[in-house]
Amino acid sequence: MPTWLMIWPENPALSAALLLVTLILVLYGARAPAHRGIQGVARAINQGCKRVAAALRGVQERLTDRTREVLLSEGLEDTERQIEQEFRRISDAVDRDLGAYPVLHRKLADQVARIDEDYQRVTDTPPAPESWTRTLQAAGELVRQAGDQSAAAKAVDALRTSIEDAHDQAMESYRDTSRERHELLARMVPAWRAMSSTLGRVEQSVAGIFERARHLDELMDRYREIARESNVAERKLATSTLTQFVTASLVLVVASLGGFINFQLIALPMSEMVGATSRLGSMQTSDVAALVIILIEITMGLFLMESLRITRLFPVIGRLDGRTRRQMAWAAFSILFILAGIESSLAYMRDSLAADRAALTQQLAGSTVARPEFMWIPAVGQMVMGFILPFALTFVAIPLESFIHSGRIVLGQVTAGALRAAAFTVEMIGFGADHAGKALNKLYDVVVFLPLKVEELVLTGRERRTRDVAADRTTSTA
Amino acid sequence: MKRFNRLGSLVLAAVLALTGCSSTPPGTGVFLLLDTSGTYAGELDRARSVINYLLGTLDPGDSFGVARIDGGSFSEKDIIMRVTFDSRPSVANDQKRVFMEQVGAFTDTVTAAAHTDITGGVLQAAEWLEEVGPGRRTVLIFSDMEEDLPEGFIRDFPMELEGVRVIALNVTKLRPDNVDPRVYATRLDAWRDRVEAGGGEFTVINDLERLDVALEL
Repeated sequence: MPTWLMIWPENPALSAALLLVTLILVLYGARAPAHRGIQGVARAINQGCKRVAAALRGVQERLTDRTREVLLSEGLEDTERQIEQEFRRISDAVDRDLGAYPVLHRKLADQVARIDEDYQRVTDTPPAPESWTRTLQAAGELVRQAGDQSAAAKAVDALRTSIEDAHDQAMESYRDTSRERHELLARMVPAWRAMSSTLGRVEQSVAGIFERARHLDELMDRYREIARESNVAERKLATSTLTQFVTASLVLVVASLGGFINFQLIALPMSEMVGATSRLGSMQTSDVAALVIILIEITMGLFLMESLRITRLFPVIGRLDGRTRRQMAWAAFSILFILAGIESSLAYMRDSLAADRAALTQQLAGSTVARPEFMWIPAVGQMVMGFILPFALTFVAIPLESFIHSGRIVLGQVTAGALRAAAFTVEMIGFGADHAGKALNKLYDVVVFLPLKVEELVLTGRERRTRDVAADRTTSTA
Repeated sequence: MKRFNRLGSLVLAAVLALTGCSSTPPGTGVFLLLDTSGTYAGELDRARSVINYLLGTLDPGDSFGVARIDGGSFSEKDIIMRVTFDSRPSVANDQKRVFMEQVGAFTDTVTAAAHTDITGGVLQAAEWLEEVGPGRRTVLIFSDMEEDLPEGFIRDFPMELEGVRVIALNVTKLRPDNVDPRVYATRLDAWRDRVEAGGGEFTVINDLERLDVALEL
């Protein structure tokens, strides 16, 4: 204890006791304002925390609403794209399979006409009529009645012979016609088969279109569900977005590793081009140059994918007409091809530099320099990798698009969750402060319990006295 | 407009962070002094290994020089080879091969010097390193650190060695050191005092296996 606090420095115990008593008395005297102060501060903290929590909840709700809007809007847009794509496929199928329907129809009509014509031609010619037989029988009867030698008999016989000849000729002609008819029928078989095959193709095309139409119906149902902003649609979209985000992140990590390998392939030989001594900040310029080349490749890949309408990150490119987009795609592909060629040569140079470096190290170590056999294999491998990796990096555009779209929503959801947690924490702090204030007041009373007890006894005594006086008065009055 | 201003500020901040202005220029400069006096000439084969190690370790753009210590070392004629390696690795490798051959030719034909002017060599090395201007400057002295000046040579003046690390390599013990080891310690302490008085840093490495750690190249 500092000496200036001691009333009797030679007696510290007494000084301390006196000081304690004084302190307790002061605290007792200041009890009511102290209690109010402590409670006021605690309440202020509690109120402040409640307001902060309310503000945080407000921000979180706005963010949640906005994220929901974005989620539904992206879901709608995605479904629209799918519907559009499905319509395009149906249109392509119709153009491809049913676009040639007039030709097909004419072909079928021709085939039917040919079959009909052939059918007409195969109409059966009736055999010789019964009257011929009866005429021959009547002629035979006449010959018998007239006698064989009469002129009439001879005439009738001649007539009969002529009729029999004519009948034979007619039968011969009938046989010829039947043969011809069979030949015509045989000719009709391929025409029937061709017609059957054509009809089979038509059936297949129509079945395909029906299948697509069914899928389209499903998409339309989904579209309606999203447009209604139903909770089911929102849940489905949220799950799908999270899956997309995780998948895209994984693919991007793999792509980053590919980019890193690509960087390693070209960073060293780049120092031959831009020098190994100049630096940009803490990085070597050659490293920066290698990084720039890789970034340009990724950018060209993005443009290529965008021009091919595989991704839709740049609406400006999407709005260009087909011809310009094709030109742009060719330009992006050409630049990529040139960069791939450059990378390939740089990869070869890297191998040469590494070999030169190894040879120098061997020389410095005093051993003889010998280039190992089959060293051309890694060189070729590096060249191939240097050529392929830029094209492989092109496909980064697809997961990148998914990542950007899903990332916006996932980030919104995560931030909303964090805000909710922050609001809860702040509220708990306020709650804690309120209760801490109450506890502090109780603690204060514990410190000044002695005067409080005295006060209580005094008040009780006074009350009892007042009650006794009142009782005495009542008795005397009675 | 406000958004563009903010974007511009961000880009500027990023560029400044990237180009992070450090006061130390890049690159390393090493100057190796070889003691060719009679008592030490036999150690030159080990010096050759050190030179080869340094050639393998130094990067393109670094500077490397080798000079002999003889009777009057503050002289251009004592410089065996000095070079700043080209920024292209392939050219730098060729320069290293030439360097190695030159040093080999020197160590094969060197004759023992009558005197040992270490101070002159250190001054010569510091002057060259100052001229080349690398970020890290190191003077390696491959010697027993026993100075033996010719008659009339003046070397007892303070040296200007600000920012230079002086590393004494393979400091062999002489006969008097064996008789009284305090002589050896006194000799090295005297050099430490001289170097540190000039603003430099003095280290002794006798175990050449530790060279990579000590050099921090």
